[in-house]
Amino acid sequence: MIEEIIFAIGFIILAPFIGALIGGIDRKVTARMQGRVGPPVLQPLYDVFKLFEKEKAVVRNEVNFYIFSYLIFVVLTGALFFSGGDILLVIFALTLAHAFLILGAYASVSPYSHVGAERELLQLMAVEPMLILAAAGFYMATGSFAVKDIAFWPEPVVMTIPLIFVGIVYVLTIKLRKSPFDLATTHHAHQELVKGLTTEFAGPTLGMVEIAHLYETVFFLGIVWLFFASMPWVGLIAVIVVYFLEILIDNTTTRVRWQVMLRSAWLVALVAGAINLGVLALL
Amino acid sequence: MSYITKSPWIIHYDGSSCNGCDIEVLACLTPLYDLERFGIVNTGNPKHADVFLITGGINEQSEAVVKNTYEQMPDPKVVVAVGICACTGGVFRECYNIKGGVDKVIPVDVYVPGCAARPESIIDGVVRALGILEEKRTKMVEQGGK
Amino acid sequence: MELLVFLILFPALAALLFCILPNGRLRDTIVILVSAVIIAATLYLFVMFAGAGTVYFDIDGGMISQIMTGLEVVISAGLLYLAAKYRQYIIAALVVVQLGVVLYAESLLHGTAALNNLFIDPFSVIMAMIIGIIGSLICIYSVGYMRDYHAHHDDMPDKRRWFFALLFVFLAAMYGVVFSNNLFWLFFFWEVTTLCSFLLIGYSWDEQARKNAFWALLLNLVGGLGFAFTFVWAGMTDPSGGLIMMDSLLAAGPVVAMIPAALIGFAGLTKAAQMPFSSWLVGAMIAPTPVSALLHSSTMVKAGVYAIVRFAPIYEASMVGLIISLVGGVTFLLASGIAISQSNAKKVLAYSTIANLGLVVACAGIGSYAAVWAAILLIIFHAIAKSLLFLSVGTVEHKIGSRDIEDMTGLLGRLPKIAVMMMIGIAGMFLAPFGMLISKWAALLAFLDAQYGFILVLLLAFGSAVTVFFWTKWLGKLVEVAWKPERLESKISTQEYAALAPLTVLMVAVCIGFPLLSTYLVVPYVFGIYGMAATLGQANTIIMVMMVFMVLVMPLTLFYFRKERKVMPHYVGGRPSTSDMHFNGSIGVQRPVALGNYYLTNYFGEERLSHIGNGVCIAFIALIGVALLMGVGI
Repeated sequence: MIEEIIFAIGFIILAPFIGALIGGIDRKVTARMQGRVGPPVLQPLYDVFKLFEKEKAVVRNEVNFYIFSYLIFVVLTGALFFSGGDILLVIFALTLAHAFLILGAYASVSPYSHVGAERELLQLMAVEPMLILAAAGFYMATGSFAVKDIAFWPEPVVMTIPLIFVGIVYVLTIKLRKSPFDLATTHHAHQELVKGLTTEFAGPTLGMVEIAHLYETVFFLGIVWLFFASMPWVGLIAVIVVYFLEILIDNTTTRVRWQVMLRSAWLVALVAGAINLGVLALL
Repeated sequence: MSYITKSPWIIHYDGSSCNGCDIEVLACLTPLYDLERFGIVNTGNPKHADVFLITGGINEQSEAVVKNTYEQMPDPKVVVAVGICACTGGVFRECYNIKGGVDKVIPVDVYVPGCAARPESIIDGVVRALGILEEKRTKMVEQGGK
Repeated sequence: MELLVFLILFPALAALLFCILPNGRLRDTIVILVSAVIIAATLYLFVMFAGAGTVYFDIDGGMISQIMTGLEVVISAGLLYLAAKYRQYIIAALVVVQLGVVLYAESLLHGTAALNNLFIDPFSVIMAMIIGIIGSLICIYSVGYMRDYHAHHDDMPDKRRWFFALLFVFLAAMYGVVFSNNLFWLFFFWEVTTLCSFLLIGYSWDEQARKNAFWALLLNLVGGLGFAFTFVWAGMTDPSGGLIMMDSLLAAGPVVAMIPAALIGFAGLTKAAQMPFSSWLVGAMIAPTPVSALLHSSTMVKAGVYAIVRFAPIYEASMVGLIISLVGGVTFLLASGIAISQSNAKKVLAYSTIANLGLVVACAGIGSYAAVWAAILLIIFHAIAKSLLFLSVGTVEHKIGSRDIEDMTGLLGRLPKIAVMMMIGIAGMFLAPFGMLISKWAALLAFLDAQYGFILVLLLAFGSAVTVFFWTKWLGKLVEVAWKPERLESKISTQEYAALAPLTVLMVAVCIGFPLLSTYLVVPYVFGIYGMAATLGQANTIIMVMMVFMVLVMPLTLFYFRKERKVMPHYVGGRPSTSDMHFNGSIGVQRPVALGNYYLTNYFGEERLSHIGNGVCIAFIALIGVALLMGVGI
């Protein structure tokens, strides 16, 4: 019980910094791939601090409430996960968080944020089946939904649910807002919808969104690590390899239409789920 | 020491430019000059931006848009007029449709003349703008901006 | 036992009164009084029987069964007349055949004066509370709503006497369904609900209403026919009438009871509007909103799944059960998909109802203790949330003159209180930490532990994702508040608030109090049958409650964020725009910005998905028939 609280608090305090470091390394590697020097590794932190130094301006007051709720629930999601809680509940809490983000964009009542919100909803719908199937996969592999039990499972879970792992890596691209699935909003200067989802968020509001993104990054990499939890160092290497792969894909692909994103994500989830879960069930 | 100078995000707008200065601005973002190493990101959204890089003169069509874009940027913010057309109207100053430089509509903090302004000048202008941004930020805090 | 009889007879007698009383204050007041009495009696029922386990009541069945048969003949005659008048030949045939089958079955059975005709157990208590509390609240709501309805439709004949009478006859019949242990009696009450549904759908009796009412009648009669064949089977298997009692039938086990379980399951599928029988429920949306709320989301269709859940122990680990699960699961996925493409709010709610009932059916078909636990929780949460939603949509429709979601833009500004209640209802349907979420979680757990359950896991995963889409889309519409919205809330009747507010509170209370609900009602029932019970782990329950508090406490932060901040205009490509989103386009023309939701009709179109669903489910049901005939159902 005490350890769980310590892990949760540890996540809450450290995750933004770890997330910022990961983001910074991401930008550095991306820059090198493009033959540039790139920003300092702590740049995401500077970005966040700068945003809080800006004027508190909003399009509507309620937007801050929705975004704040988004942040709180993302933090809750991660804290639940890292303290060993129930992974299904974690996934549903994440859905709740994203629902708040989408509501914040809707409440801004502007053309770009509206379309961004619709696209974010499509992204959510695209990713959700795979996440639920991953939870189901974890359960079938270890007999428990509790992250604590999965983390202490003697064998690496990825051996039992390899296809689920591939599926998770596929939807990770969508969740981390990397090309080719950066439809709703993106960190780069792709200006198809201006900034899409986050168009009408300024200053501290945007700062909260950025912080939430940092927490989310750590959370998702945590899920990737969970597949290898019984061999922690291999897990770390897996996380690094997967993230590098994401950066590579980000830099070498272009954005696709939402139909392609939805269809492909669902197809991957269906194949991964049906085959992997089916084999586990029938054996 | 504020963080605003460590992470200045720019919005680049073309008033009525011939695109010569715009290409030079974009050149600054290419690997050769790489503005991103200063944490500069070209966001196309005024609400996210701190530095307004504007090229070209002001005419009837663009006046309202420039004003609107400027107003949508949250404080503190600076404006950098890139190219002689943005500074004073340039070669087209006497034309019937050009009102003049950008300072006819919005307050400009840094003037970067040139036709087209070279990337080195632009970067120099942006760096000076960052200094002004820092001052504005300090003033904002003193006036109880937080 | 008197209490049970009271609950069945009192609404029926009140209905007779309403047939006579003219429209007016007196009748309205009596409706409210009667509803209040029913709520009180139901709460008393809960207090008396909540911890009592399963109790059987001896009531002399002979004469009552004869009265019922007599009434059935009368009702059949009435339906035949209507069917003949409107050239509904299939319905006429069904009515005749059904009556014939019932009478034939009765001739086979000799000892039908058995005792133990009525009973009560925790599941009945739960259903009774849904009927009594939610049903009565809807009746109270109807008073205000129907007044407005006839004010809006002054060309329509005012048949409110029959309306209220039918509502209470229906409540009486529902009580009969959940208190009957004698399957003949259950069937009688079942068919009375079909009759009420038919008459209420056809309330306005214009061409479309007639058409939809007859279609609903037809499909429900098909189900009823299946139910009726159960009696023939019972008569042929055990002429002493022992197997007419539900408890003996369930006790006899799958080897004996699979055929009646399949037949009654089939009847349940039609009443719960599962594919391929979903179209009647969608058509029933033409009825006034209280009808949709009472019959077609929270109560009558629940009778369908009630029957299927009752037979869950028989379905457990059987081929027939698995196929029934698949029908439910496929319905869940495809009905949710269709809901994405609908912008008519009532149709969205209808398809969502069909989908959720599909999930309940899927759980019941799996039949394990965990699945039944999940199924009952789903029933409870869905009943509350859906009735709340239908009632809010009804009120909104009268205020804004439309039931299209696209017209509900910014409702949070125009009708704040109603919009908040609607949002709580929507959240209750899919968001953590509300109840439906808990139920879906429990369902997932149950599927994973079943033998072929992974197919259902797939259906649940995709269906769940789809529901997130259309609900959040609707929520988004509600919060898109324009700059200075016009307030419309002035003249909403007290009765409507009197129903909406308690339902909202109930929604939240049930989510916060769900551990209690589970421990004192659901678990005893499940334990009583299976000897085992499921719960969410201790830690999870704590977290759930915590989350609910966060969702309730956090809106208080709204006050913090209301503090003065600079308000900026929207970004419309740099074009100056007004606060109500008119911008200066090119050539100086001012244009409005119109924002609409995605409906993805190419992918989730009603016709396409219905065809797929109907085809697949017809195949499944045929498979059940084949399996039974070949004797491999067990």
